[in-house]
Amino acid sequence: MAMFIRVDVDKSVIEKTPGLADKLVEVCPVNIFKVGSKPSSVEIVEDNVDECTLCDLCMQASPKGVRVVKLYE
Amino acid sequence: MAVIVHEDFQFIVQGITGREALNFTRECLEYGSKIIGGVTPGKGGREVYGVPVYDTVREITDTQRVDGTVITVPLAFAPDAAYEAIDAGIKEIIIITEGIPRKDASAVVEYAALHGARVIGPNCLGIIVPDVCRFGSLGGPAVDCRKAFKPGVVGVMSRSGGMTTEICNALTLSGLGVSTAISIGGDPVIGSTYADLIPLFEADKDTKAVVVYSEPGGTAEAELARWTQEHKSRLPIVAFVAGRFMDEMPGMSFGHAGTVVNKKVDSPADKMRRMREAGISVAEEIGDIPNLVRERIGN
Amino acid sequence: MRFYEFEAKQLLEKHGIPLVQSELVKTADEAKTAASKIGGPVILKAQVIAPGLTTASVQEVADPAGAKAAAATLLGLDDGGRKPNGILVEARPTGEAVYSLSFTYDGTTKLPVIAAANMAGKIDDLGDTHPERIVRRHFSALYPFSDYIAKELAKSLVLGGNDLKRMTRIVSGLARLFLKYDLADLDITSMVKLGEGRFAVLDVEADLEIEARHRQRPMLDDLGFAKDDLRQVREPTKFELEGARIDAEDPRGIISPIAEFDGNIGLVIGAGGGSLTLTDAVRKHGGRPANYAAIGGNPSVDKARRLTKLVLSKPGVDKIAVMSNVVSNTRADLVARGVIKGITELGFEPKDKILIFRVPGAWEADAAKILQKYGVEYCDRTVSISEAARRAVEKVS
Ligand code: SF4
Repeated sequence: MAMFIRVDVDKSVIEKTPGLADKLVEVCPVNIFKVGSKPSSVEIVEDNVDECTLCDLCMQASPKGVRVVKLYE
Repeated sequence: MAVIVHEDFQFIVQGITGREALNFTRECLEYGSKIIGGVTPGKGGREVYGVPVYDTVREITDTQRVDGTVITVPLAFAPDAAYEAIDAGIKEIIIITEGIPRKDASAVVEYAALHGARVIGPNCLGIIVPDVCRFGSLGGPAVDCRKAFKPGVVGVMSRSGGMTTEICNALTLSGLGVSTAISIGGDPVIGSTYADLIPLFEADKDTKAVVVYSEPGGTAEAELARWTQEHKSRLPIVAFVAGRFMDEMPGMSFGHAGTVVNKKVDSPADKMRRMREAGISVAEEIGDIPNLVRERIGN
Repeated sequence: MRFYEFEAKQLLEKHGIPLVQSELVKTADEAKTAASKIGGPVILKAQVIAPGLTTASVQEVADPAGAKAAAATLLGLDDGGRKPNGILVEARPTGEAVYSLSFTYDGTTKLPVIAAANMAGKIDDLGDTHPERIVRRHFSALYPFSDYIAKELAKSLVLGGNDLKRMTRIVSGLARLFLKYDLADLDITSMVKLGEGRFAVLDVEADLEIEARHRQRPMLDDLGFAKDDLRQVREPTKFELEGARIDAEDPRGIISPIAEFDGNIGLVIGAGGGSLTLTDAVRKHGGRPANYAAIGGNPSVDKARRLTKLVLSKPGVDKIAVMSNVVSNTRADLVARGVIKGITELGFEPKDKILIFRVPGAWEADAAKILQKYGVEYCDRTVSISEAARRAVEKVS
């Protein structure tokens, strides 16, 4: 389990925007997103979450659909 | 004034979409540097933090003035990236990539020299002129960078990127500040040595003293000692030599690739002796550096 | 990475460099047989890596019986925890003249350079004793080696006629193999000109550029170099092997070189220069480091976690000091995450195990928050490296 970071994804937002799921997978430098089983969906790779570099690229890609939370704040 | 870079200096980042390059591209932009493009083959047409990404260097140099490049591509592609930059006419080249065999480093540096280009590194972090320009990944995030590097009178050259920031931080805390700081790289063959760069500090009117950080291995300190004696340098120099514990462990290598001690001139003890003979003050502890600088510049 | 001399000689032989008659043996009896085959006085060279064995590893003997006895002694040498890798039994011709050649990189000109002298020895040592007898010639790693460079060098050694031509061939051959195999140093410490005018190489030392070991794999395979054999001056310990493995398994950032010492202060430290400075500082304040580490680049949280567990699991280590210079691209927050994760996974409280956490710089505000949550004091950049080391040492004793 991740101790330091939580990544919240609003699935409805992601699934409504074509290509957004792929974009998230592509922008994250530490592979926290992977393509989900449903079309246009993403899943979180729990093992990688503590590696989050807080680069904000996922939130820039989808300001409404993704939120990265620091559990130490 | 400043060394190598200036207010208007504009550069590119080769390998801009990598994990490290993303980090420092954002940091440089926040610091105010002018990054006018990035290169990653196959990723042309994208953008990172507002910087356009291209497939080739020439796409940028064909239409804009490019003063420098920061190379952070993976090891196997680093020499090629440097040749591409040199052939595109770029004159100031920082190579951050670590682990480039010295044969390749030597070839790149020779090619650069033939084309009037200068290489800093490999295995370095680049250059900062506080509040003027940051060229490379030295200093970390802009907020931290501003804390560690305040404008001032001391030029810094260091074989270790991390220790460049450490020393500049100490100089800043002491109120002396930094004129230009250069992380020159820790490999056995680097493009610009202390002796290559000291004339630039000599000519920089903002610089009143120079601090060098050195490590076991290589002959760069002996070369610097010789230069200062031959040129009757106006600049007081304060040096610190790390890795003295290695004197007890011949043949072992710690720290950077250039640190194996196998020749007499290499050992920390010899380096300190040579530099002292040339009138360079050698700090016993890293924390003594600011006071030694003060003593030497009479301030 | 140091080659055994017999390996270096195999490389030279493959490239047509004339060598003195020589045989690699593994036992004292084989040494005797080899000595009688060669005939006359021979020299025995134990194949070792560790420095400081130069004199102890070589013996000259008059006959096969002497060879057997000497071989038995040589095979018992301690080569930094290893046994010698066999013995070279070699003829020892005395020629009309003797030379030495050295290939290396000159950090001042940044070019490869050949140095030569008309006497035997290591060029570095000859530089101190007989500087006037050394001639030098730079060459290029960018362009193919051209024979005339070797010819000019031979000329400056005052050779002429066939000697000049032979020397030119040898020097060219060596320069090309120096470049081809990514050697960092190649020293022919003794090469004789025999009575009939031929030259023969007697003693060779060669070092591979460690960074080129992957692309030189075919050559290393040919020589039977094991994949994880880094030819350290002493055999790596289990701790060091594990550290190297952790480092190799994740390309994000580095934690090496990692070395084991016999002290009690676990060091989770960075970076290259910072680690050297910190190790000096800990020792200066009377501390005994349990290990060396060099966090560099931007290691993943996972790598920092594994390093922490490795150091803290070392026998005799109860607490760790997490220290670094002011970091630029290493991130203080990622290091903090990794260290705390590692300690927690071992079932301890971070505050009981961390002597000091002094990693100022990139993302320090986040690092401070993380540490605060786990009750660990965060030292900022106003605490100097010397002061941090002093506090760590004070707390452990
Ligand atoms: S902030 Fe960056 S590292 Fe973290 S999840 Fe988003 S894209 Fe990945």
